[in-house]
Amino acid sequence: MIKVYLDHQSSTPVLPQVYEAMLPWFSEYYGNASALHEQGLRARAALNQSRKQFSEAIHSPDPESILFTSCGTEANNLAVKGTAYALQHKGKHIILSTAEHPSVENSVAFLERQGFTATRVSVNSEGFINPEDIRAAITPETILIATHYANHDIGTIQPVAQIGEIAREHKIQFFVDAAFSAGWLPINVQEMNASLLSLSPHRFYGPKGVGVLYKNRKARLSSIIHGGIQENNFRSGTENIPAIVGGGLAMELAENERETRVSRLRVLQEKLWKGLSEQISYICLNGPVPGENRHPANLNVSTEFIEGEGQLLLCNAAGIAVASGSSCVSKNLKSSLTLTVIGLDITLAQGNIIFTLGKDNTFEEIDYVVSSFAKIVERLRQMSPMWEAFQKGNISSVIPGNPK
Amino acid sequence: MRFFHTENIMAEEYNPYNPIVMDHFLNPRNMGDLEDADGIGEVGAAACGDIMKISLKISDDGKISDARFKTFGCGSAIASSSMATELVKGKTIEEALKVTNKNVVDALGGLPPVKIHCSVLAEEAIKAALDDYIKRHPEKAALVAANNHKA
Repeated sequence: MIKVYLDHQSSTPVLPQVYEAMLPWFSEYYGNASALHEQGLRARAALNQSRKQFSEAIHSPDPESILFTSCGTEANNLAVKGTAYALQHKGKHIILSTAEHPSVENSVAFLERQGFTATRVSVNSEGFINPEDIRAAITPETILIATHYANHDIGTIQPVAQIGEIAREHKIQFFVDAAFSAGWLPINVQEMNASLLSLSPHRFYGPKGVGVLYKNRKARLSSIIHGGIQENNFRSGTENIPAIVGGGLAMELAENERETRVSRLRVLQEKLWKGLSEQISYICLNGPVPGENRHPANLNVSTEFIEGEGQLLLCNAAGIAVASGSSCVSKNLKSSLTLTVIGLDITLAQGNIIFTLGKDNTFEEIDYVVSSFAKIVERLRQMSPMWEAFQKGNISSVIPGNPK
Repeated sequence: MRFFHTENIMAEEYNPYNPIVMDHFLNPRNMGDLEDADGIGEVGAAACGDIMKISLKISDDGKISDARFKTFGCGSAIASSSMATELVKGKTIEEALKVTNKNVVDALGGLPPVKIHCSVLAEEAIKAALDDYIKRHPEKAALVAANNHKA
């Protein structure tokens, strides 16, 4: 049976050479990087090698600015809570957007329950943050501006350099969540004026179990996990050397191959959207049109008159792995936050499917996905009382520009 | 020796629902509409995630001779409405009025806790269709009420 994986946003396969590079660090070189014997020093050298790989990829001024955590979520928690705790004597106000990843949004919500305040800057219907809205939200109490680079749901690429410039002018710490961008979009922490920036290697063919936080030397940060003095005292806990080694190599490979991977993805992304929009009626694209303002891997669509979980399950039955922001898919029965804040009609949010392409997807796979998905939509519409009501003219399409 | 066997977690298929629910989702029973339905019930709202419509054909002796559903909703909503139509077919109005969401869940071999509301909607859709029938046939209302009272 054909299997097509189109959920690279949630995770990617570990590259064979990355896997190979990790192997010796399990049972052959197993020392603790804090130890002063040969095994320990070898692990420390591996850590430093990986720091260099990440540092070069994101144009960090020095490898010491790279901190390892256990995952992207932890890196985001450390950036947000660590800044808040380190700078609370200066002020307690945080600026973020309404479309942040839950690891940022919920960290800020946690801080609000402890007396911090936050301003959530709205995004427009394509998910863009207006940097001037950030400027307008700044108060003398503001200690952190936190935004994402590319949106994890709809792929919107934010004007981070402009936001960074505003942060620099006002001498406010600036955190960029690049967990969905690293490995795909160019990252230059100096041009972005980023004080902090997070990465997640399993999103670019590295292993799970490691996250990265870039911390500029001038950035103030408190540790949120306490124990030994690992990671320059910013993150206690024995380092996951195999994952750190694999992550560093995945980063280097992603950077070396980035343009090849991305130019291929752009073609696949365009082909997928063209196919879907030609084969399926009453379907809309969420987020910017494919191009320089959209993450090359992401295609987020809504098909009208049907719900997303059914589409996802039928895709799975056809061997196609996708995601959905429909409330029926989430454990808390809420639609994706991003779809809500861009103002998408609630029934379109229910009919949501997220395709995220990878570097190894093929043209044939895209053809298969388009033809299978068209059949799935047709099948669910035949079951849908909303489709029937629409056909009888009792309800209208809510997709702008469609015939009523 | 390995204590954790990868093959033990490699099932033939992975699905978020049990095989009965998956079967009713992938091969729904009684999907569609009934021409000249005697009772139609539509409940739910797209804003809440689910809409269910159930159509019933009721013979003169008060038995449900046929049932059809149409559903906008997730896999468990489709499976719940499919199962609900199976459960009420052949039943009298009085019997069908006693079909509960728990009967639907049990017949499906269970639903995840967050999906129980789908079975509640199926029960409501059946009741709405029967109410519609009784409204159209007021002469049957007294009979149903009398029987309910006896029960």
